[in-house]
Formats: sequence, C-alpha cells, structure tokens
Amino acid sequence: MALQQRFGLSLVALSCLTLAACDHNDDNDPAPVPPPDISYSYELTVQNITQGQPLSPVGVTLHADAVMWEVGMPASDSLELLAEGGDNSEFLATAGVLASASGAAPILPGNDESITVTVQNEADAYLSIATMLVNTNDAFVGITGYSLAALAVQDSVTMMLPVLDAGTEANSEMQGTIPGPADGGEGFNSERDDADVVSFHPGVVTEDDGLSISVLKSEHRFDNPAVKVTITRIE
Amino acid sequence: MKLKQLTSLLVASGFAAVGSYAQAAELEITVQNLTRGIYFTPILVSAHVPEHHLFSVGQLPGSDIQAMAEGGDISGLAASAMAMNADNAENPAAGLLMPAASTTTMLSTSDGNTALSVVAMMLPTNDGFIGLDAWPIPQEPGTYTIYLNAYDAGTEANDEIRGGGAPGVPGMPVPPPLEDLVGTGGSGVTNVINSGFVHIHPGSLGDDDAAGGHSDINNTVQRWLNPVAMVTVTVSE
Repeated sequence: MALQQRFGLSLVALSCLTLAACDHNDDNDPAPVPPPDISYSYELTVQNITQGQPLSPVGVTLHADAVMWEVGMPASDSLELLAEGGDNSEFLATAGVLASASGAAPILPGNDESITVTVQNEADAYLSIATMLVNTNDAFVGITGYSLAALAVQDSVTMMLPVLDAGTEANSEMQGTIPGPADGGEGFNSERDDADVVSFHPGVVTEDDGLSISVLKSEHRFDNPAVKVTITRIE
Repeated sequence: MKLKQLTSLLVASGFAAVGSYAQAAELEITVQNLTRGIYFTPILVSAHVPEHHLFSVGQLPGSDIQAMAEGGDISGLAASAMAMNADNAENPAAGLLMPAASTTTMLSTSDGNTALSVVAMMLPTNDGFIGLDAWPIPQEPGTYTIYLNAYDAGTEANDEIRGGGAPGVPGMPVPPPLEDLVGTGGSGVTNVINSGFVHIHPGSLGDDDAAGGHSDINNTVQRWLNPVAMVTVTVSE
C-alpha cells in the first residue's frame, strides 16, 4: 500500500515536470490542442465460490476517494436495499459515482461473470462493488474505496472476499424473510431490527445445525472467502 | 523508460534512508473487532524481540495464556513480555471492545523489538482468543493491515455455559455488559478438553434456546467466521 502510494506520487510529480518542459518548447506552436479523452476501462471477473448461495446482480461503481460502507458504522439506505433485497439500483445511483455497471443476472454457485466499467479522463478512480448472498437475511460481499491508480493497462489484481453483515436485518433465517430461492420471502424492509452497524458475517446457522425456525439447510452454509474477484485494466 | 528508471531510483533511495535508522519505531496500532456479536476482553499489544512469543500454535499453553484465554487476565503475559524488555500497550480499549468497534494506541518500540503480538480473550467463549503472533514490524514507513483469526487455548472444555473465568474453573465468565446477551440453563455442549495445545478455534455451536438447550451461546449472533479482528499498523517516518 505504502509502495503503491509512493509510486503514484512519484509518477505524478515526474509527469508534471515533463509537461512543464514541453510548454517551454512549444512556444512557436499556433494554438494549443485540447488533449484527447482517455478511457480507463476495467474488467471485473466475479466468481461465486460458495456451495449454495447465489449472488445478486453485482453492482460496480467508480468514484472519488471514499468508501460506501465501513465496519462499525451503520449501512447506508442503498446498501441496505442491496444487502436485504439484492437490488443494486440505489447503490449504482450513489451521489458522486463517476461510472457504474451492473451484472446481467444472479451468479450461481461455481459460476462467474465478467463486467466492464469505463470512466473518461480519471486515472485515480476508486472502485466499489457489492452483491448479496441471496439465501440470507442481509449478507453481502464487496470491495469499497479500492484505488485503481496503480493499475497499468493489462495489469490485474485478484482478491478473495469475506462475507459481511449489513446489520440492518436480524439473521433470523425465518420463513418469509429471505428473498433467495431457499425461501422466496421478503427482500428489503426499511425497519432496522439488528445491530445497525456493518460487521463481518457470523455465518448462517441453518435448521440442520440447530436453528429450529430456519428455512435454510446445510447446503446454504458458507465460510470465508465466498467470492473471488479479478480486476484487470483493459484500457 | 526514463520514467521507470527515475521511479526505481526514488524507491531505492527511500529504502536506503529507512535502513539507516535501524529498528526503533513509532507505531500507531488500531485493533478492530470485526465480529457481529463477540466482545474482546482487555487487549495486550506487545512489541518484543522476534524470539519471544505470547502464544504459539501447536504448543502447550502456559499458565499466562490460560489466564488470558479463560478469564481475560493479561497481567501474566504482559509481565513475561516486560521481562524480555518488550514495549507493551495494555488494555487500550479500557475494558471490553464491543462488536465492530475499534481502539487505537501509540507504541514506541525500542531497538530490537521488531515483532508485534496482539491477544485478547473472546466473549462469550470458554477459552477463545484473538491472536497475532510475532508479526515482523516492517521498517518501511506506511500503513499495514493484518487480519487475525480466532484461536482456542485448548485449556478448557468448550461447554459453552456460564461459569467462571479463573484458570481451571469450567464455564464462561459473564461480566455485567454481557449479562443479558448470554443464555442460561444450558446443559453443556461437552466436558472434554479438546486438545491441550493452542489451535484455530473450531467455532462455537450455540443454540436457539436462551433458557436451556446445551449452550448458553446465541447461535445467530455469537458465532463467527474468521477473520475476527483487523489490526492496522502505521509505521511513522
């Protein structure tokens, strides 16, 4: 991290020097030509490595230096909507988002999807992505506030992601409270009846492991990590 | 090409500058509880010589580890580290560190204390604790993140029912802030001491009966998946 920051700073400093030098040499040119737009394009490959937890359509955003959630802080309403109901629309529409993309469909266990997101003229974009484990009350997986500045074209980075708990809905696992195929119950509900802070997820208990009211079975259990993401800068 | 050469030069000189002030360091250390429903008892943060260990996986735990893991008493581990000229920060959260909360402490390390360890008991458990064992403190200034797993001291049966925190006393200590969060009347999950050596904690079972069942642990709130803590270390210039 420290190294990446040093590289970033050094490169910025050096490119300024170069530009300044060019200006002096360009005195005889008739008119300055506006620089061409530069596209920064990233392909994310998101793989579901759980046993029995489909992932809701992945929300992908590029933005300035900020985070969309933080462990120990209450979830935003848009994250609550995503984590309880799998609906990424408000997440994608977060104020300050420079570019966004959505997965086309849920990603089933074992499957992956590649999603491309592109921003113009912004070398220092930050990435946030999120997706719900749909056979849960409010479990989600994501990356937030990840700096893409160090990625050169064709560079890639791979991360194994843990499961987070939005903290906005109790993990009752009760019939009618889980939107995924294990239940077909309710997704988003604006009431907050849990800790109301984001934390790592304690895992689902399931009926098979001693939660008598649970609609979940042993096949819905998960452990960390749950999702593998590879980010490649393609342009 | 020229850019790349310049960049590597800058980085190389950075390393040289760092190397010159050897080992004493100013550290800012944040310990964050990542769990949904586990409390950490007083935390011990210690910078010590790399040969020292507060705990070692696979080893028989000493009485100091037992006192920390069963009852949250870090005084023995702190004293034995001090005897090795360690730099300690004891109980930075001034009591229990709540689920998802964090605490920050500064630590000035002396020459030679190049390894960092962190321990704290996890509640409610019988002898579970968070652990960082002799992590090599980088000399390069920057911010580093380490995720910690939950360990089991292996000194007490994981019966998951109310009891005491003194070494050798069965059951889990239940200090006042947890009084209403921990169940009662559990019959006890097991009375077998699982191994006798420090190992990754297998996790609690818990149950859904707050006034009976085998466990006094709430299975939807007080379980966890690793990692259970995040330690952020900033090494100053």
